[in-house]
Amino acid sequence: MLSFIARRLALLIPTFFGITLLTFALIRLIPGDPVEVMMGERRVDPELHAQAMERLGLNKPLYQQYFDYIGQLASGNLGESLRTRTSVWNEFTTLFPATLELAFGALIFAGTFGLLAGMIAALKRGSLFDHGVMGISLTGYSMPIFWWGLILIMLFSVNLGWTPVSGRLDLLYDVPPVTGFMLIDTLLSEEEGAFLDALRHLILPAIVLGTIPLAVIARMTRSAMLEVLREDYVRTARAKGLSPTRVVVVHALRNALIPVITVFGLQVGTLLAGAVLTETIFAWPGIGKWLIESIGARDYPVVQNGILLVACLVILVNFTVDILYGLINPRIRHQR
Amino acid sequence: MTTKASLSTTASEPTLYYPSPLREFWTAFSRNKGALAGFLYMLVLAFCALFAPWVAPFDPSEQFRDNLLTPPAWLEGGTTQFLLGTDEVGRDMLSRLIHGARLSLLIGLASVVFSLIPGILLGLLAGFSPTRLGPPIMRMMDVMLALPSLLLAVAIVAILGPGLINTIFAIAIVSLPSYVRLTRAAVMTELNRDYVTASRIAGAGTLRLMFISVLPNCMAPLIVQATLSFSSAILDAAALGFLGLGVQPPTPEWGTMLASARDYIERAWWVVSLPGLAILLSVLAINLMGDGLRDALDPRLKNAA
Repeated sequence: MLSFIARRLALLIPTFFGITLLTFALIRLIPGDPVEVMMGERRVDPELHAQAMERLGLNKPLYQQYFDYIGQLASGNLGESLRTRTSVWNEFTTLFPATLELAFGALIFAGTFGLLAGMIAALKRGSLFDHGVMGISLTGYSMPIFWWGLILIMLFSVNLGWTPVSGRLDLLYDVPPVTGFMLIDTLLSEEEGAFLDALRHLILPAIVLGTIPLAVIARMTRSAMLEVLREDYVRTARAKGLSPTRVVVVHALRNALIPVITVFGLQVGTLLAGAVLTETIFAWPGIGKWLIESIGARDYPVVQNGILLVACLVILVNFTVDILYGLINPRIRHQR
Repeated sequence: MTTKASLSTTASEPTLYYPSPLREFWTAFSRNKGALAGFLYMLVLAFCALFAPWVAPFDPSEQFRDNLLTPPAWLEGGTTQFLLGTDEVGRDMLSRLIHGARLSLLIGLASVVFSLIPGILLGLLAGFSPTRLGPPIMRMMDVMLALPSLLLAVAIVAILGPGLINTIFAIAIVSLPSYVRLTRAAVMTELNRDYVTASRIAGAGTLRLMFISVLPNCMAPLIVQATLSFSSAILDAAALGFLGLGVQPPTPEWGTMLASARDYIERAWWVVSLPGLAILLSVLAINLMGDGLRDALDPRLKNAA
């Protein structure tokens, strides 16, 4: 197992450097003069221009710039935002819990309903329910989620008034940020009704963000389950006289979950991309909205290292899924 | 596939027993009702897109200042002049949607072509040279896959600036890795087959092996992937437009239309609903077609996804 982890870790190194190359190139591929672009004006005063070039290190040869960049990253310096003058790392860590909370909400929604729907569809193969689940999941899979968000807001927030339109918490409540997770912070603060309010804020965005993963998980669970139910050991379990529930939940589901877990892991990328859209629609103060706003404001240090951080996150999650997969499935572990 | 077909031609009386590959494909494809429906929808959409100026009742940017936010014809206050209503500056929704189909299909088609061709080339190189060219190419693709596709597209557009061409370019780059991986994987399995060894011994050069012997046998998964990335290209283009980073207004792109309609969400549902519905239906139709194609071309994958 250890050598398996070591091999996977070794594969991460070139990928990581590749990504630094990408984010390094990002800021240098901007057509035209980077200083003028960043300052948002033409013909910057030559002296200021030289100063800015100096500060950004753009006056050195390219390879030198790259090594400086790597050195900077190695010392944990991710630069500072041109707009707020706070460090990119600080901004990222304050905003990240919001995105994480949203993503967790979405995964719980998608996981629960996806597994259930997929399982029942597989057990009742060919039934109306099965066709319904497959049809709905194909629709969900094709959903432009930014539109889906707007439709849900129109229905539940504007017309029915059930959920708030945007944000994480009503302005009425004053909750000190302890963990950054609104659901936990509101519970800690002991403010009356704050927790429920935070929950009501979370529901719609989580549903919107969870829609595509829900569709994928339902489809995947169904096909994995169908595959497993055909296996000999399931027939053996049935023949032994085990109850149908036990056969399905204990014997079949466990093996059917292997591919589903991989899909879960692969959905993290989808979730982060979806978070960009979902956070924009619901004015959810997370990293997706942060990145889009930074791009709009030409805040290049934030764009550059924000993207680097997100990429590292995805790599880490994929790595964890790989390891988990190896743990569950010995065949993968011993593959050379 | 072609090799097998020609072998069987010489072996027995072909025409009596074997339908042509195209006919065989169509029989398998049309058995899938969903795929057929998707195909028909796409035919109609493609027709609308090609002949947009003649199909659409009005010019997409013509503003009828007396008819701002007119509801669709079947609602109270709607007129038959504007079947699907008008938007905030009085432009005909139907005409804008029809012209929008043009853009979406163009972006989808162009980005598929621009990623399919380099993707196949890189995949062939990586497959034929597993020790030298392969690893660097595949590591590069891993890097691109580490970023969520929409975020990578956003980053590329952030560098190049918004617009139609840059949108196509960004989406093409984003969908490149899946083609490279698929081609390489298919090439690696094909290279172990006897027919490749045979043509090698017969003196076929690397280029001939690549494009004439091996590539045709790798096409099935690539065609399926092409339809899938066609639909995700339409989705990504609309998402970019919605974020204000894609095709710029007043061009009637579906995502861009949605972005400017957001402010009217409380007053005029049709301005918000219709462009999104257009996106959803097109993507759904393509995905249905993709499923049908997969089942018809590559039956082994039938239960895979």
